[in-house]
Amino acid sequence: MAVKKRPVVGVSELLQRPAPLAQGHRMCSGCSLPIVVNLALRSADTPVVVASPTGCLEITTSVYPHSAWNVPWFHSAFENAASTISGIEGAYKALVRKGKLPQEQRIKFVVIGGDGGTYDIGIQALSGAAERGHDFVYICTNNEGYQNTGNQRSGATTFAGQATTSPVGKVHRGKEQKRKNLTFIMAAHEIPYAAQATPFHFRDFIAKMRKALSVEGPAFLNVYQPCVSGWRFEADQAFEMCQLAVQTCLWPLYAVEDGRRWRITHKPAKKKPLEEWVKPQGRLRHLLRSENRDLLEELQRQVDEEWEFLLRMERATSDGA
Amino acid sequence: MTQALSLRIAAMTGNRVVAEAMRQVNPDLVAAYPITPQTEAVEYFAQMVADGRVLTEFIPVESEHSSMSACIGAAVSGARAMTTTSSQGLALMWEMLYIASSLRLPIVMYVGNRALNSPLNIHCDHTDSMGARDAGWIQIYSEDCQELYHNIIMAVPIAERALLPVMICADGFTLTHTMERVELLPDEVVRQFVGEGDLHTFPYPLLDLDHPVMLGPNALPDYLTEHRYSLHVAVEAAPEIVRQVEEEFAALTGRTYGSLEAYRLEDADYGAVVLGSSVTNLKAAVDSLREEGFKVGVLKLRLFRPFPAQEVAQALAPLKGVAVFDRADSMDGAGGPLYKDICTALFDLPRRPFLHDFIYSLGGRDLFVEDATRALERIRALVEKREGRQAVSEYLQVRE
Repeated sequence: MAVKKRPVVGVSELLQRPAPLAQGHRMCSGCSLPIVVNLALRSADTPVVVASPTGCLEITTSVYPHSAWNVPWFHSAFENAASTISGIEGAYKALVRKGKLPQEQRIKFVVIGGDGGTYDIGIQALSGAAERGHDFVYICTNNEGYQNTGNQRSGATTFAGQATTSPVGKVHRGKEQKRKNLTFIMAAHEIPYAAQATPFHFRDFIAKMRKALSVEGPAFLNVYQPCVSGWRFEADQAFEMCQLAVQTCLWPLYAVEDGRRWRITHKPAKKKPLEEWVKPQGRLRHLLRSENRDLLEELQRQVDEEWEFLLRMERATSDGA
Repeated sequence: MTQALSLRIAAMTGNRVVAEAMRQVNPDLVAAYPITPQTEAVEYFAQMVADGRVLTEFIPVESEHSSMSACIGAAVSGARAMTTTSSQGLALMWEMLYIASSLRLPIVMYVGNRALNSPLNIHCDHTDSMGARDAGWIQIYSEDCQELYHNIIMAVPIAERALLPVMICADGFTLTHTMERVELLPDEVVRQFVGEGDLHTFPYPLLDLDHPVMLGPNALPDYLTEHRYSLHVAVEAAPEIVRQVEEEFAALTGRTYGSLEAYRLEDADYGAVVLGSSVTNLKAAVDSLREEGFKVGVLKLRLFRPFPAQEVAQALAPLKGVAVFDRADSMDGAGGPLYKDICTALFDLPRRPFLHDFIYSLGGRDLFVEDATRALERIRALVEKREGRQAVSEYLQVRE
């Protein structure tokens, strides 16, 4: 496949741009979410308008009468960020058409929301907006659960993951289901662009964000965002968790164009055993106990299976270039 | 005045006439979803979009929750947004209704009234819009297709001046699907009346990039009360805005409405109160009872939210008894929603008429003139103590 190089903007140049999300928000110490937001929005060359569902980002940045936002930002409810952005983008088109907004004012429309608001309660609105083809970028900051309300399980929670609604007890041993593969689901909408990223792999993330902003129509970025509080690792380890998730292939970095062209953007030189990603996390400590060996093996099997599938998809959809 | 306007006479159903009004308003954005009995309004409007007769951005959403969410997104952006729904669709929107009013968004919504499941029933009652009566929306009910057409047009300036969303209700099938003679205003008259609206009709639009705003934040106990209070103040101010807009509309068209209409109540001993199309049946019942010497009248309530309590009290105070016609049951053993509001309105009167509540015409059951007559005769019998009652509320047409 001929990979078209996007014009590269230096990271230091991007960091010179004013911060869309200011300091003084109320996120947890060690949270990588503000870095995700600022990297993503600084990647835009045009003004952005942002909508968020209810969740960590919304709660921590908008405690009235304070605001951490330097860009126009809107929140209304939990399950409707994608339909909200549909209305905003639709309004923009109509206002330009009717001359109520200047023609030359190009705006990009961005949603930033967590996995609860995206994988679970918001998936209908997201699917609808993707199918209708609105011009927007949806960034899912995936911290594998309802972390704003204290680590309840979501469709994004890893198999065997311990959460307050999938606890480890005498009979059950954490989440008994596989995580939902939302990136596949979005790719199956055949939208122009769907990709996975992490803030640690920032060059990859910026390139993907710029690609997402450049396409006409819906783009979906599933950004891994380890949660200090819910996963219970040390406050300086969020990036290490991103790194380990990619090195173990638990969170593969790849992109899918039009649902057709699958490309892995980073292949670990040597795939690390999943245990290394498990070890730092309090929520997965039970997986290291000998009686739960089968759970870890099953999770490893799921990870291997997805990775093999991605390799096959990349081979099958590359045109030999 | 009317004579000067060249009105177009047409035969149209309620749904058709709503789409016609929407075409004339030419809103910036319409997001809607099909649900009986309002579906045709969406279909007619989609055709108008397809034919290039409006400049509206039309979003055929995947649910009513999304239609209201998209309208909210559009309205905070500074666009004029409209939608249509019924029944389950309105129920699905419920969460977003409160958000629309709390954000003070001038969204206009047409509701083709229909029962709520279960069992599924596509026909009219008011259970759907009654469930939204505390949502901070202005609610106006329509007697016929002509009034429905005018209500949709008047809703636009009402919403934008009050900065409150407006729900225009019309009885499912009885109005939505019944063809009536309607007088349509010339396009330019409607356009002039509603204006074009601009980015700052909503004062802090999201798309004013020179003045970036944060909207829909979270507020803790130190501010939520003030947010609620500002909505409370806006709702209190709304009736005067409704009155002004109706006055301007009357000056333009010769059509006078008002929050309520008292029909043959001036010398009546007994009366009925009702919302929506059934008022026509009640007027017929009143006319025939009057011929028999029974002095009855009917109060038609157009503006249900905010509730015009003082006007209601004034209109009903002289009566001996009032039959409240509730096309929904509150399911609390204490009377239907309209009954309770009428009680509230009359409570402070030094001498109150006797009230009795009739739950009627659920799920599209016809209200015959005989049913209405029976209710009016029963209220007289109750007052004269010739009959007794077990509760303040009874079902009018039930088979037990």
